[in-house]
Amino acid sequence: MAILSAKAKPISKGKAAVVVAAIAVIAVFPLVFTNPAVTEIAIFALMFMATSEAWNGFAGWSGYFSLGHAVFFGVGAYTFAIIANDYKLPAGSGLFLLMPVAGVVAMVAAVLVGAVALRTKRHTFVVITIGVFFIFQLLGYNLSITAGASGLQVPTPYNWNAATFNNPFYYAAAILLGFTVGLYWIIRRSAFGLQLLAIRDDEERAKGLGVPVWRVKLSAFVISSFPVGMAGALFAFLIGQIYPNTVFNPLFDLSWALMTLVGGIGTIAGPLLGGVVLESVQQYLNLYLSNADIYLIVYGVVFLAVMFWMPRGVVPTVGDALRRRRGAGEATIAATNNGGTDSSSEGKATGSLAGVVQEGGK
Amino acid sequence: MTALLEVSGIEKSFGGIRALNGCSLTVERGMIHGLIGPNGSGKTTLFNVLTGYENPDAGEVRLDGVVITGIGPGKVFRLGIGRTFQLTRVFIRLSVLDNMLIAAQHQHKWLRSALRSPGQGGERAKAMELLDFVGIARLAELEAGALSYGQRKLLELAYLLMADPDVLLLDEPAGGVNPTLINQLADKIKELNSAGKTILVVEHNMEFVMGICGRITVMHQGRALLTDVPAAVRSDPRVLDAYLGGAEDEGLEAEAVRTEGGSK
Ligand SMILES: Nc1ncnc2c1ncn2[C@@H]1O[C@H](COP(=O)(O)OP(=O)(O)OP(=O)(O)O)[C@@H](O)[C@H]1O
Ligand SMILES: [Mg+2]
Repeated sequence: MAILSAKAKPISKGKAAVVVAAIAVIAVFPLVFTNPAVTEIAIFALMFMATSEAWNGFAGWSGYFSLGHAVFFGVGAYTFAIIANDYKLPAGSGLFLLMPVAGVVAMVAAVLVGAVALRTKRHTFVVITIGVFFIFQLLGYNLSITAGASGLQVPTPYNWNAATFNNPFYYAAAILLGFTVGLYWIIRRSAFGLQLLAIRDDEERAKGLGVPVWRVKLSAFVISSFPVGMAGALFAFLIGQIYPNTVFNPLFDLSWALMTLVGGIGTIAGPLLGGVVLESVQQYLNLYLSNADIYLIVYGVVFLAVMFWMPRGVVPTVGDALRRRRGAGEATIAATNNGGTDSSSEGKATGSLAGVVQEGGK
Repeated sequence: MTALLEVSGIEKSFGGIRALNGCSLTVERGMIHGLIGPNGSGKTTLFNVLTGYENPDAGEVRLDGVVITGIGPGKVFRLGIGRTFQLTRVFIRLSVLDNMLIAAQHQHKWLRSALRSPGQGGERAKAMELLDFVGIARLAELEAGALSYGQRKLLELAYLLMADPDVLLLDEPAGGVNPTLINQLADKIKELNSAGKTILVVEHNMEFVMGICGRITVMHQGRALLTDVPAAVRSDPRVLDAYLGGAEDEGLEAEAVRTEGGSK
């Protein structure tokens, strides 16, 4: 494809090495760590890396802070459960094929939600997504196909070997992650991705230069719902039982936002780093302290600490520091000195929450 | 010559301030048309109305006889009117080069844009050429937010040239720009005009305006006071009045503000 060949900036050797190493680690992890408790933590970590990446691919790049992406998680989970039950599908690895189906249904929901919510300004958008989220949760509690508060049972493959039971879920999550990162890697390098970033900086100006802002925003919103819907299906399959409040979970969006901001909003690697660290910590605390809520305190502390020391998130700050050390930043620094320093502070707080939310008021 | 842009009876108020008060003027095809007038006379507001960034309270704008009032900035741009901003609006977190490439996106089918890499097909080369012309090519990889005000002005002009609209509305293109570059800027504007572009330019630098414009409209208190050739504008007593009368008007304005404040 043209995208891959026509890229001006080649990928650095260092980056390529990190990617290869990460793939290798992910591939062998369940072979080394066979304890099911550990692989379960890993499954959640992979799932939240993928979903944070998708959340960032919309919210981080467009500047529209969504707090309603859990809608797509829930729609994916219910789609999975309803189809598996209604068609009495056998409980086996064939059910993983329902993940993309769930993703597509989530995209349909995203078209409907986006068509309404994206007509508003950024600040209003946040509020509307929260509202839409609670509407979906309410539907989950009240519709007959979702069986209300009693939730839905999902077929569980009891015949799988108990010792390696988690492995198929683990690799499904790994493939989901690989797909999602690949998708956003391509988007980031496409003209579409550039248009999305222009919308983040100054939507009206982008419109006034012929960028079809409405289509770009809606497409980005709908695309991001696909991995999230697939993750919802995987979650349903893994847990075996879903309830409105476990899949339409208001803490999901909060988690995605925090993971993204901590790692570095608007970057590819940021949500991955935030996702793997924070989700592993959460699952660990959950498992070994059997305290379901203490992670919120940990999140809060980590978030405040990172925002205080590195307001752009870990990845951009550390990345800049590394580049400076290697001297690759010489050109940039020289150019900054030429370019007048009077306005350089303006670009500084770019990645911060304030940067994202305040852009709308123009 | 034929009328390309016709502005008739535009009214626009912000709260109690009448920024435009029955503004009418005509810009002919192929003209470099200057728009001058004291601070606050409504020049920028007129640009905002012309380009769809503001909706007027009354009045009409026609492009080639077709009404374009109230259709929004995207559609106005697609009809071939591009503009720069007095207070620049560049994409501060994109690189200077990416700012240029954004302005070229409208030339492509939307669905294909999803799969294209930006800058293909000579766009990157053209962008660098234009950046080189305005003298900021060496800053191409820098975040636009790190540019000085004058450099942002040049970037905005360069990306507008990248977008290549038929009508260019330039709001103080020489403001903040290095004086040694201003003559080159004037030459480039003339060159664009010979290539067939119609240009409406707001500028306080009189030498610049008189040097390049074929027609000049003087704005005063939200109205077009007169439109004429530069020599005639220079010698018209009403123009001097408009500029010098500012002090008196300010007194009146302050009076009006005080009255308003009192009635609240
Ligand atoms: N968005 C706005 N809100 C309130 N008042 C405004 C707004 N835009 C313009 N005005 C007011 O309208 C009047 C005309 O402003 P405008 O910017 O059009 O003048 P101008 O001729 O461009 O002046 P300058 O030469 O200083 O750029 C001014 O009194 C200004 O304060
Ligand atoms: Mg102005």
